[in-house]
Amino acid sequence: MNEHVQVLVIGGGPAGLSAAAALAPHAEVLVLDRERAMGGIPRHSDHPGYGMRDLHRFLSGPAYARRLTGLAATAGARLETEAMVTGWAGDRAAEVTSPRGRRTITADAVVLATGARERPRPARLIPGDRPDGVYTTGQLQNLVHLHHKPVGKRAVVIGSELVSWSAVLTLREAGCRTVLMTSSYDRPEAYAAFHGPGRVALRVPVRTGTRVVAIHGKGRVTGVDIEDMATGRRRRVACDTVITTGDWIPDHELARLAGLTIDPGTLGPRVDAALRTSHPGVFAAGNLLHPVDTADVAALDGRHVTRAVLDHLAGSTDARLPGVTVVADAPLSWVAPQVVAPGGAGPSRGRFLAWSSAYQRLPTVIAVQDGRMVGSVRVAWPAAPGRVFRIPFTVVRGADPAGGPVHLRLAGAEKSSPGLR
Amino acid sequence: MNPPPTYDVAVIGGGIVGAAIARLLGGTSLSTVLIEGRDDVGDGTSKANTAILHTGFDATPGTLESELVARGYRLLGDYAAATGIPVERTGALLVAWDDEQLAALPGLRAKAEKNGYRECELVGADEVYRRVPDLGEGALGGLTVPGESIICTWTTNLALATDAVTRGVTLLRGHRLSAVRETGSLTLLSFENGAEVGARWVVNAAGLGADTIDKLYGYDRFTVTPRRGELLVFDKLARPMVPLIVLPVPSKVGKGVLVSPTIYGNVMLGPTAEDLRDRTATGTSAEGFAFLRSKGEALMPALLQEEVTASYAGLRAAIDRNDYLIDLDVHRRYLLVGGIRSTGLTAGMAIAEHVAELLKEVLDLSARPDLPPPPRMPNLGEAFTRPYQDAAAIEADPAYGQIVCFCERVTRGEIRDALASPIPPVDVDGLRRRTRAMNGRCQGFYCGAEVCALLENGVA
Ligand SMILES: Cc1cc2nc3c(=O)[nH]c(=O)nc-3n(C[C@H](O)[C@H](O)[C@H](O)COP(=O)(O)OP(=O)(O)OC[C@H]3O[C@@H](n4cnc5c(N)ncnc54)[C@H](O)[C@@H]3O)c2cc1C
Ligand SMILES: Cc1cc2nc3c(=O)[nH]c(=O)nc-3n(C[C@H](O)[C@H](O)[C@H](O)COP(=O)(O)OP(=O)(O)OC[C@H]3O[C@@H](n4cnc5c(N)ncnc54)[C@H](O)[C@@H]3O)c2cc1C
Repeated sequence: MNEHVQVLVIGGGPAGLSAAAALAPHAEVLVLDRERAMGGIPRHSDHPGYGMRDLHRFLSGPAYARRLTGLAATAGARLETEAMVTGWAGDRAAEVTSPRGRRTITADAVVLATGARERPRPARLIPGDRPDGVYTTGQLQNLVHLHHKPVGKRAVVIGSELVSWSAVLTLREAGCRTVLMTSSYDRPEAYAAFHGPGRVALRVPVRTGTRVVAIHGKGRVTGVDIEDMATGRRRRVACDTVITTGDWIPDHELARLAGLTIDPGTLGPRVDAALRTSHPGVFAAGNLLHPVDTADVAALDGRHVTRAVLDHLAGSTDARLPGVTVVADAPLSWVAPQVVAPGGAGPSRGRFLAWSSAYQRLPTVIAVQDGRMVGSVRVAWPAAPGRVFRIPFTVVRGADPAGGPVHLRLAGAEKSSPGLR
Repeated sequence: MNPPPTYDVAVIGGGIVGAAIARLLGGTSLSTVLIEGRDDVGDGTSKANTAILHTGFDATPGTLESELVARGYRLLGDYAAATGIPVERTGALLVAWDDEQLAALPGLRAKAEKNGYRECELVGADEVYRRVPDLGEGALGGLTVPGESIICTWTTNLALATDAVTRGVTLLRGHRLSAVRETGSLTLLSFENGAEVGARWVVNAAGLGADTIDKLYGYDRFTVTPRRGELLVFDKLARPMVPLIVLPVPSKVGKGVLVSPTIYGNVMLGPTAEDLRDRTATGTSAEGFAFLRSKGEALMPALLQEEVTASYAGLRAAIDRNDYLIDLDVHRRYLLVGGIRSTGLTAGMAIAEHVAELLKEVLDLSARPDLPPPPRMPNLGEAFTRPYQDAAAIEADPAYGQIVCFCERVTRGEIRDALASPIPPVDVDGLRRRTRAMNGRCQGFYCGAEVCALLENGVA
């Protein structure tokens, strides 16, 4: 079976649905999602905190997912669930499996919006027994919110990113107490945003500078060993549930199978400020590009990609990834987008997204090109591990469009203590 | 109280070896029971190995093991073709990293020839890198073993056990043997769950537990030392880097670490070799991971850039001698199959034949007429068409188009089939071994809850 569409959006999460809603008035759009319902991760993230920046509302995940689905459908996009793209039959030719059959869909433009997942226990190389009761936040929330299953009674939560607190909320709702939260950083990652109130409201003890070195239990988890990373001292903590949270990786399988250039920092496809990838007619949006930011930012990516997609459909020969390369220097571990035209249009919301492995309260970001400082901006928010750090695009405005890579650094980063011991 | 059910032969151990023996006996007119202590067949060493179908090129010539591995290679190869057990004929390449190893290669080829395997070829460093371009720096040369292949160990065990059951063998799972009482012509077997079974003949194929059972008979002739092997499984995106099995040159310090494609389309690095005491120590260790990562860094640095999808540990049933220990005690009507250390997946069917040779002196093993055909197993091999890719299958049955486990592309139809199969899974791990569900890179982030619900509630 073969089919052709103008725009194929792969992934019906906030990014894909928002792209579809913005594109559908101008082009024929098909959104495919492999799940039984559209909406992506917010479908099972049943707590408020969605939709602020894009819809200017404060919604629960499921309500947000329904709303974005409605907006895309109303705009005229075709939405197809239980349809998984499993590979490529050629350039912009997707192989699709659904209960309705196996088919190849070709498209003039493809938008990849496949999201990101948390690294599960094996990928984090946590040794020990392999009992039941070890979950990622994603699996936990699926179990509790979509399948209404009980979890255990005493949980250890590994990580203290924003998503980790989301796990704590879900555990509490399922009647499971979080007896300990561990963080390998010397400050809890979500420090500024959540730690104080979180600790007070949820009474969760947070152990920083700590890692889990073993999981015990034959049938069900009975405990974990935690190690103080400074002293090497170890201690057994009894629990029947372990949640591995955060530590995100883009779901980049399709991007890699398509042969797109992959950024070594994000591990997602390399994109320019207009969200064009290294392949003509292939675009990307959402957490596939920046693992991970909040859903509203992913959604705004989806809107931002519209312009480049419509330009491509209108036949503009998109110069592939023109401009200068942007590189993240430690303690920044990645930055997106990675290619920009200093004098041209900026990225979504006029900001780079980056990830920092060290805490700085109000850092100054500097841009260095060919050994010369070309820009500097002091921001009014912290760089903190475990959540995206936003950098104004203006920091590269002064870069030479014909020059070498622009390095983004935190001023004084050399002196500040690295957060990760 | 009713007398316990009684059989001509009881086979203890539902691993590959026990299942192969039970299948063979199931083809005769004897009544046979296959007894497994765990909740599922194939839940011991047979589920956690490197899953290579060995030619036997490096066995010790003249041993029973050498003979049975070579024969098992052909038997299992044919059986795989008949039942749909996936096999990929990738071939292997031994790589020498120093002069001593390089000098050892001609000897290994000579040894292979003594084992009846004549296809090995010496190749230079250029050829080594031509075949495996991503190999780390410093390879000096290699020896090819074109016949070494990769196979699905889970399907092998399950096919043999299913075949046994369809041939009329009774399967008892969750029956851990704890006592043996010999009464005249009948041996009474008692299990931890309180059940009892009578058998005229008993075959001990209990792997890591074989010496314990042997002691129940009052023997004291060998001790099983669990030798742990830890392995790392890398993401499918790494598969193109490893077109064939890359073997180390065996040395005095042991067999070393290999890099191999897996039948599921991943890449495997391992195993370690560490003698332990605890026969249940199938956990992984920080030291094991560190060792494997350092080995991998040298063998194939690019591989270490990829994500780890899974890690596991298997226990080889090593014994204090250099060969299989297969012995028939005619008077006590008891047969021991012990010390099937690191080649039992390949040799299993040949071990069963060897056992039949011994038993046929005392039992009538002639084949029963009108045996059912061997089972046709669901394909878990990445190199062959799977239901999600099969337009005709989906059209006939849309459940094969409903992907439940996205990473491994496992459909609702396959999960339904597994639940309705002659030996259905009893837990998630059993379902994983029958379908691959939840074995992928997300390890259940997306599908875990759904898969567990299907297992619990069934597939309507
Ligand atoms: C536990 C948790 C709590 C969170 N809490 C908040 C919060 O309070 N507020 C907030 O703003 N954000 C929150 N987030 C983050 C938010 O969920 C994400 O930023 C957002 O979902 C990203 O949107 P996306 O469209 O990029 O990806 P996703 O939502 O991950 O959507 C990707 C979609 O692509 C589909 N897909 C992938 N591959 C294929 C394929 N091959 N074929 C077909 N379909 C495919 C998937 O099924 C999925 O539906 C939370 C995240 C988690 C995990
Ligand atoms: C790391 C590693 C790598 C390997 N690689 C390969 C390879 O590449 N190729 C190859 O051919 N071989 C390989 N092997 C060897 C192969 O896996 C084994 O030889 C084979 O699985 C042994 O099968 P078995 O049936 O004897 O044992 P098992 O699979 O262990 O089966 C024995 C069964 O007996 C049961 N049992 C034990 N005690 C009792 C009791 N008291 N009552 C009831 N039941 C009991 C156990 O529960 C178990 O299920 C490897 C082994 C390891 C550990």
